[in-house]
Amino acid sequence: MENTSSNQTYLDMELLRFTTAGSVDDGKSTLIGRLLYDSKAIFQDQLEAIEKASIKKGEEHINLALVTDGLRAEREQGITIDVAYRYFHTPKRKFIIADTPGHIQYTRNMVTGASTANAAVILVDARHGVIEQTIRHAYISSLLRIPHVIVCVNKMDLVDFKQDVFTQIQERFLSFSDHLDLHDVRFIPISALLGDNVVERSKNMDWYQGPTLMYLLETIYISNDYNLLDARFPVQYVIRPQSAEYPDYRGYAGRVASGTFKVGDKVKVLPSGFSSVIKEIDFWQDSLDSITAPQSGTIVLEDDLDISRGCMIIPEENGIKQGQDIELMVCWLNEKPMQVGGKYAVKHTTNDLRCLVKEVKYKVNINTLDKDYDDKNVGLNDIACITIRTTKPLFYDSYRKNRITGSLILIDEATNITVGAGMIND
Amino acid sequence: MKLKFNHLRELESESIFVIREVVSQFENPVMLFSGGKDSIVMYHLARKAFFPAKVPFPLMHIDTGHNFKETIDFRDWLVKETGVQLIVRYVQDSIDKGRVVEETGYNASRNKLQTVTLLDGIEELKVDCAMGGGRRDEEKARAKERFFSHRDEFGQWDPKNQRPELWNLFNGRKNIGEHFRVFPISNWTEMDVWQYILMENIALPSLYFSHEREVFERDGVLYAKSPFIKMRDTEKIEKKIVRFRTIGDATCTGAIESPADTLEDIIREVAATRVTERGGRADDKRSEAAMEDRKIEGYF
Repeated sequence: MENTSSNQTYLDMELLRFTTAGSVDDGKSTLIGRLLYDSKAIFQDQLEAIEKASIKKGEEHINLALVTDGLRAEREQGITIDVAYRYFHTPKRKFIIADTPGHIQYTRNMVTGASTANAAVILVDARHGVIEQTIRHAYISSLLRIPHVIVCVNKMDLVDFKQDVFTQIQERFLSFSDHLDLHDVRFIPISALLGDNVVERSKNMDWYQGPTLMYLLETIYISNDYNLLDARFPVQYVIRPQSAEYPDYRGYAGRVASGTFKVGDKVKVLPSGFSSVIKEIDFWQDSLDSITAPQSGTIVLEDDLDISRGCMIIPEENGIKQGQDIELMVCWLNEKPMQVGGKYAVKHTTNDLRCLVKEVKYKVNINTLDKDYDDKNVGLNDIACITIRTTKPLFYDSYRKNRITGSLILIDEATNITVGAGMIND
Repeated sequence: MKLKFNHLRELESESIFVIREVVSQFENPVMLFSGGKDSIVMYHLARKAFFPAKVPFPLMHIDTGHNFKETIDFRDWLVKETGVQLIVRYVQDSIDKGRVVEETGYNASRNKLQTVTLLDGIEELKVDCAMGGGRRDEEKARAKERFFSHRDEFGQWDPKNQRPELWNLFNGRKNIGEHFRVFPISNWTEMDVWQYILMENIALPSLYFSHEREVFERDGVLYAKSPFIKMRDTEKIEKKIVRFRTIGDATCTGAIESPADTLEDIIREVAATRVTERGGRADDKRSEAAMEDRKIEGYF
């Protein structure tokens, strides 16, 4: 039983979202099972269900990997079909894991999981070392600008916990990740099966003096993960009560995409370009002095301007890019290939518009990271640099600077399915 | 003032963003309301999202007729207190119309029948989006659910063919006759919900707090004595000090023995407990894929 201070501890917790990447049989499910089990996020009835399922499948020990099995087809075939979300917490942080499968439609799922992640945990099998999939995982982490990457060299028990195996993998990884846009890469030798360096420090690897995976997840500094400099407030909804109590209230509701807004700030509203001053920042019954990403709130301006969903409030002196011809990296998510010259619906911040795909500049070979200027066919799981023309001007930052105002999705207008994930280039 | 931005505030901010997206992207949304803590929290978030304006959509309750009285009393109190519109659709009406057939026997429950009443209600009222209080930590099939979950013209969920959901860009586009289920509190855990209720001082039905009740034991679960459950001769009614961790129908919601009568006590109990909250739900115990099957058909 926790003591009475547990409530206070819980109110001081931060949220960390991470994604797990690994290839088939590299022990990813076992690692997640281990994190959940050791942080006591697996309950007795779940454990009993896993025990039952393990026996039914004829396995000798409780298979922690079964914790992550969701749908019937997955249990029957022993595979993972889709991104699944898992939750656990320690006294320091609450964690959301986007657990992405290792094979079917890998890129599509990893991109989805990576889009909201603060950190990526990339698994490498110590016996196989860095393989094509590892390069792919590192590239996607870089492309999606996941701020922190933790490379777990797993199955160290199967290579007799040898330091040189770990060191070689680390060197090999760094030899190509140096060419990527990764700024914080850590390496940990682990055995997910036995628990070495996952939550508990390994007794088999005295040569490793670094942190355990859990310690890293608990302590990685994430407060800088949001862009704190360029304040952006996409207007999501206009609140107009028109009630006796609030006859003239007109508030712009939304979630701060980046930076901070303060009462008294001089701001500019796009696309009109009109200026005003922040009069109030409201959240429920509270009046706030300031609001910072990723808080939701409601901004009231001094002047009565024509503002609706899709407008963006930014500081008067801070510029934002504007244009209709946009170059971006796209990850294609659908079986039906991208049509050059085709029209797609676009969602960008709170804006809905349409675009024409003008050109494929190059495709990225995500196994070698080479740019291919000849093959212009962009199909499922492909990543390419393309240009689009939008039906109206877009107000944006590069994805490198801002994950919210620099990202967009393409939607097939006939099927309404999300077919492309776009990251706007500098 | 400045709010301390802990993980609960981040979850709150995300949920409010999702609820506002619903109102912006759909024409005729409703919020499904069961009277349980998750839908109460979801409704609280909706009130915060639109304050000082009123919540711009109605609550919709699928009434099985097998509710605890305390749940209905609470629902009616909350509706009156906050001035929201309430739509109720009754499973009994679906039975009377011959749309569904009542289960019989000792484990009879109207839980599964709700799906038909819900889908009929959605069609009748031309609802294009129904928000639900489902959480991904609740059950393994729910772990794969999107925030914005597309349903075909039969109201069905196709788990293997879900739309990718990236960043905070939610795609609610659909064809006529299709609808969406949206789950604003997808990323909350049971503990988050309880801590948030405490932090925000949100009122709850008395069932969640410890009280004396006539119960009997079946398959290791304590059920409240109820006119809706057929008891076996071997089952005995006893008076016990209990509370409920989840609130569903009287026929499928188990009580736990507990002295916890304040939110602080409940949180301590949740922190120490080793069984999931749905461990007391007979509706999930029917088979390993019970939730998955119901969800595919169009369940909450």
